[in-house]
Amino acid sequence: MAIQVAGELLITLGLVLALFVAWQLWWTNLESNQAQQEAIHTLFDDFDLPTDPPEPASAPQDYGDPVVLPPSDREGETFGVVYIPRFGADYSAPVTTGVGTAVLDRLGLGHYPATAMPGAVGNFAVAGHRQTHGKALDPIHTLVPGDHIYVQTADGYYDYVYRNTQIVMPDRVDVLAAVPTEPAAVPSERFLTLTSCNPRFGSAERIIAYAVMDSWQPLNAGPPPAIAAAVAANASGGR
Amino acid sequence: MYGWLFRHLPGPLWVRVLLSAVLIAAAVLALMEYVFPWIAESSFLPSFTDSTIGGS
Repeated sequence: MAIQVAGELLITLGLVLALFVAWQLWWTNLESNQAQQEAIHTLFDDFDLPTDPPEPASAPQDYGDPVVLPPSDREGETFGVVYIPRFGADYSAPVTTGVGTAVLDRLGLGHYPATAMPGAVGNFAVAGHRQTHGKALDPIHTLVPGDHIYVQTADGYYDYVYRNTQIVMPDRVDVLAAVPTEPAAVPSERFLTLTSCNPRFGSAERIIAYAVMDSWQPLNAGPPPAIAAAVAANASGGR
Repeated sequence: MYGWLFRHLPGPLWVRVLLSAVLIAAAVLALMEYVFPWIAESSFLPSFTDSTIGGS
């Protein structure tokens, strides 16, 4: 009798452990994806989007120096949306101030608070999970130089072009410098840096993806064609 | 243990099967919603998903 109970308990323990793996690799994604959708919809309610999107300009236009959001120091405040067509035509993830687990485990991408805002000279640095909790940056290793990474804020769309990837140890804070890995340098360019864990199912190292801003356009100019469908989907979901 | 529990559930067979399913579902939900997040939070498991630089 006692042996039978012990055996049943051990079988139960095995099932619970398997369930824990399912929770971590699958359930957390469901919860985070839903929270991310809600965050994007809440943010879009604040966006002053043109009701009648203008025809995309045939030639690239120059809108001058980008308008930049004031720095956000309110941890947990979602202020932007990132679009990466390489990750899927409908890929979008909210960007929220802070890189603690409260942000990253629920809301996709977290902005390192001390780094620049999107469009500013310096380094707009963002962290995201590679597995679990929405795995916002799971396909980070599939980026190809020249890929576009778009950031949308209340001011406009910032178009960054992916340049290269680096794999570093977790203590390499210099990748967050205004000029990545050159802490002493004075920035003249607008960088975007993505950090995630490496290897895919581990966190012994960090994988870092760098991009440099190419152009920007205000919200009322309409979204860049490559992300128009994803922006429209976010906008219609918010109503 | 589970055999004993099943025999002591009230009602005819189909009620007991249904009750078992409800109890299992409740246990799974409690684990998913409360126990597992707490285990992950209390960090006696090494994190394999830390994606930040500088250990913040």
